[in-house]
Amino acid sequence: MRLVVVSAGLSVPSSTRLLADRLAASAGRQADADVEVVELRELAVEIAQNFTNGFPGRRLAAAIDAVTSADGLIVVTPVFSASYSGLFKSFFDVIDKDALAGVPVLIAATGGTARHSLVLDHALRPLFAHLKAVVVQTGVYAASEDWGAEGLDGRIERAAGELAALMRGMAGTRRAAPDTLTVVPFAEQLAAVSGRSGG
Amino acid sequence: MQFGIFSVGDVTPDPTTGRTPTERDRIKAMVAIALKAEEVGLDVFATGEHHNPPFVPSSPTTMLGYIAARTERLVLSTSTTLITTNDPVKIAEDFAMLQHLADGRVDLMMGRGNTGPVYPWFGQDIRQGINLAVENYALLHRLWREDVVNWEGKFRTPLQGFTSTPRPLDGVPPFVWHGSIRSPEIAEQAAYYGDGFFHNNIFWPADHTKRMVELYRSRYAHYGHGTPEQAIVGLGGQVFMRKNSQDAVNEFRPYFDNAPVYGHGPSLEDFTEQTPLTVGSPQQVIEKTLAFRDYAGDYQRQLFLMDHAGLPLKTVLEQLDLLGEEVVPVLRKEFAARRPAGVPDAPTHASLLARRTSEEVTVA
Repeated sequence: MRLVVVSAGLSVPSSTRLLADRLAASAGRQADADVEVVELRELAVEIAQNFTNGFPGRRLAAAIDAVTSADGLIVVTPVFSASYSGLFKSFFDVIDKDALAGVPVLIAATGGTARHSLVLDHALRPLFAHLKAVVVQTGVYAASEDWGAEGLDGRIERAAGELAALMRGMAGTRRAAPDTLTVVPFAEQLAAVSGRSGG
Repeated sequence: MQFGIFSVGDVTPDPTTGRTPTERDRIKAMVAIALKAEEVGLDVFATGEHHNPPFVPSSPTTMLGYIAARTERLVLSTSTTLITTNDPVKIAEDFAMLQHLADGRVDLMMGRGNTGPVYPWFGQDIRQGINLAVENYALLHRLWREDVVNWEGKFRTPLQGFTSTPRPLDGVPPFVWHGSIRSPEIAEQAAYYGDGFFHNNIFWPADHTKRMVELYRSRYAHYGHGTPEQAIVGLGGQVFMRKNSQDAVNEFRPYFDNAPVYGHGPSLEDFTEQTPLTVGSPQQVIEKTLAFRDYAGDYQRQLFLMDHAGLPLKTVLEQLDLLGEEVVPVLRKEFAARRPAGVPDAPTHASLLARRTSEEVTVA
């Protein structure tokens, strides 16, 4: 199985990437999955250009392929202005709206204070519900203070375990992303408009 | 193989001077460009159709009729005619009228348009875009082929005992292309009718064009119109040339960087690498254009976008001289040399009339 991690951290090193790696290590072990990391910072320019050009550049196209063909996703964003970062949202904006349907997704976020922890349930969960992904019940939020406190380990293990269980349970249930264009035979297209048509 | 140009008809400030042409300037420039196309030996001029600023060509058959009166050979076409928001009855009438005036030098390309508000402005629902294209074209197809039409559909008033006039010239409807960048339904529609399929080709990487054209070709064969290689394919292209390629890059860069569609986005270098845009010498244009057949197969019509992004008329006319004198003659020869027997030319009024006459003889 393939587990893909999307990290929207901007600094190097970033606490967002740190949290992503902790989650990936645990979920990768529990699901016995190969792990691939997509760093959105490296794709920032291509993501912006996808909006202006209408198509992804080569590295972005490879990242989109990895994400849309994964058996499970871990997505981690820093909190900016009470929500996910614009870069994080932009990445999912350039992915086909049906491409993540049925994919197990673990949502996680980092922030300066614990006061933003509901960003998981007020911003990330609705976003992935809209994309018809299967969102893991436990989300993981890490405030600065969590890196020096007890409790984060346990949340990471629990969330990663839930993701691993979903990945195992749903393995093979997703239809592969179509690599050819789907044809609706013309007779069906005509029938769709010819309810009252004389032909 | 046919070569020509297609114009969007945008009124865009020239980024190097800040000057914006008036609508009258731009409309007259489009006509001058069409006349130049014939003068330099091109085969086709196609105009877009738009119903919002900064575009001027809202009334294509008016413009094409005027150009028809001032040309002898040029095939007049569209890129595209909005099959979604125009009344198919009016399309049938307008283009049949144009056919008579232009002695058959007319075809047209159906498209759905890319401006959301045009749908409500014309009383339609954009969510019905594909369905409008399917139903409206089905009606248009009958209006040109049946003298008296009784019809009822979802999107327009029913017709009882309606005859679209004038009837198509010599009883031969204009050839139709269907243009689509990303909708397989439209490639399927073109294949079903045995019509042409045109891929704009200029804003997307080649692989995307390849998949759409392959789909159209295979479905064309599926519907029994011929082999996949005999399907009628047109492609867009976009070039800017100077004898010295670095001069072309330097001169075109400000227009590229400020162009309405892709300006302020990718670099000129990235965009030329990833899409069919060529900015360079005539020889580079020849090489890149010949390579289109590597992914689209042997095709029938190549249209170039030459007059957009605020390029002054004088520059566009110079570009057309280069295209007509140095590029197209070589492309004609090289494409012909590569083309296997059995690949048809793009249909014209004469070829369609001849085909119909021979079919009538066979039936008799």
